[in-house]
Amino acid sequence: MTDIDNSNINITHLARLGRLAIAESNHANTTQELENIIAMIDAMQSVNTDGIEPLSHPLDSEQLLRADVVSESVSRETFQKDAPRTEDGYYLVPRVVD
Amino acid sequence: MAVEKFTSLRDMSAALAAGEYSSVDLTNAHLDDIEQRNTNTNSFITIAREHALNQAQRADEQRAKGDATPLTGIPIAHKDIFCTEGLLTTCGSKMLSNFHAPYNATVVDRLNAAGVVTVGKTNMDEFAMGSSNETSFFGPVANPWDRSLVPGGSSGGSAAAVADGLVACATGTDTGGSIRQPAALCGVTGLKPTYGRISRYGMIAFASSLDQAGPMTRSAEDTGLMLSYMAGFDPRDSTSANREDEWLRAIAHQGIPKLDQPLTIGLPKEYFDNLANAQIIEAAQAELAKNGHKFKEVSLPHTKAAIPTYYVLASAEASTNLSRYDGVRYGHRCENPTSLQDLYERSRNEGFGEEVKRRILTGTYTLSVGYFDAYYIKAQKIRRLIANDFSKAFEEVDLLLAPTCPTPAFSLNEHAKDPIAMYQQDLYTVPTSLAGLPALSVPCGFVNNLPIGMQLIGPAFREDTILCVAAQFQQATDWHKRHPGESA
Repeated sequence: MTDIDNSNINITHLARLGRLAIAESNHANTTQELENIIAMIDAMQSVNTDGIEPLSHPLDSEQLLRADVVSESVSRETFQKDAPRTEDGYYLVPRVVD
Repeated sequence: MAVEKFTSLRDMSAALAAGEYSSVDLTNAHLDDIEQRNTNTNSFITIAREHALNQAQRADEQRAKGDATPLTGIPIAHKDIFCTEGLLTTCGSKMLSNFHAPYNATVVDRLNAAGVVTVGKTNMDEFAMGSSNETSFFGPVANPWDRSLVPGGSSGGSAAAVADGLVACATGTDTGGSIRQPAALCGVTGLKPTYGRISRYGMIAFASSLDQAGPMTRSAEDTGLMLSYMAGFDPRDSTSANREDEWLRAIAHQGIPKLDQPLTIGLPKEYFDNLANAQIIEAAQAELAKNGHKFKEVSLPHTKAAIPTYYVLASAEASTNLSRYDGVRYGHRCENPTSLQDLYERSRNEGFGEEVKRRILTGTYTLSVGYFDAYYIKAQKIRRLIANDFSKAFEEVDLLLAPTCPTPAFSLNEHAKDPIAMYQQDLYTVPTSLAGLPALSVPCGFVNNLPIGMQLIGPAFREDTILCVAAQFQQATDWHKRHPGESA
């Protein structure tokens, strides 16, 4: 069994990693909810998994790969119809480099 | 022309073939009914009149040319998680509330090729995260059996639409029970096929190692018919199973075959510990025993670890999959971002609802440095133990019989403020998802006028076994034919 200390979840750090702007007023509440979820999840720590290999594909199958040849063409115009802001075929974002 | 409500897909197909009505007639009747009654349940996010009538017109032309499949001209609905060219695809989220997919999901393409008519897109929990349909940006769905109750989720709109007779079939998706639980709570038949049976291409991703599409209908017979057109290898999905199962193609035209011998049905004892309403499942068992099936108690010892394991894996995969919503390429974008980081953070904070954010944070936590082995790898190891439990059981039995859910439909807001109580709804459905196995929920009785579902679980790629047993059960019972509004 692994010992895990989740008593001090740093919600500011987690929110930043998850790219979520969580209002300060919700920090305490969100931390509490997350602690409850992690406590529920920690029940699995009591299962003995010595010598067991992780299973990533439910049927343990290999992922298929197709030949590396162009099979479809992408229309920039079609895909950019859904974009919030574009110009001359580019996606617009706030200035990154001054 | 009168189209009788609650007609099965097979009967509609026969009526269309006999020329009793055209697809345009049938589609108009469905659309009129949906437009009139959708407000009762809020099952649909989009009603697609023009799109549907165009498809119906084409279906009638196909039929006139003698080029019809059993599904040609039949109105169905798609869960709003499937990308549909020309129609909104929202995934129940503000993030995608104005998203027009530039391509069709493979499931949509396959069904279009068979000639179906898409009458609309159904409501769902946001990004399929929920068991009550209360997390939808487009409002909750009501259970047609009692509108103060939830329909289950996440495919709640599909289940309610089928139960209420608005459509005979709707597609759904199941990550940890999202087809089976709402099917049970609404009294319809819902199949989560084997992982890899149906392509995930164009199905908005929640947890990629678990997500699987399936049909929701009013009988095993109609479920088999839909499955035969939805399933198949897709080179665009790297986890799609490349198989040729004769029975799967045969079902489309010949229906579900009769079982030629009795089977051994396993009863996983961990699923019956403290089960409320166990008498309903026992009565179903007695009904099945009349066909000569034998029952055997089996053990799935890691059942209790399934919910924690599932929430580690599903949340981790969700936090990764949902990183694509950045407010740049598509989806919601905040006003006046001051920097790129601000654009990401505020767009996501405004675009996602509470449950989605909760899961992103859970996944971010368990994947973060120092916790990865203790959570993600540990959960993957338990996943193998759970899959091994099922493999061992299937050495002794042909299929398993279990409850689908711990309770019948519950009240709106009953669990909404307590995520962990909500997560327990998936107690009996999550283990099969982790093991990638096919499972079918079938109506098998009522408690206080609310439907109860039983779950038939099969070995990998043996949907035929569970469909045959379900069809046999439905020959002898009429639980699946009960409708809201009748006395149960």
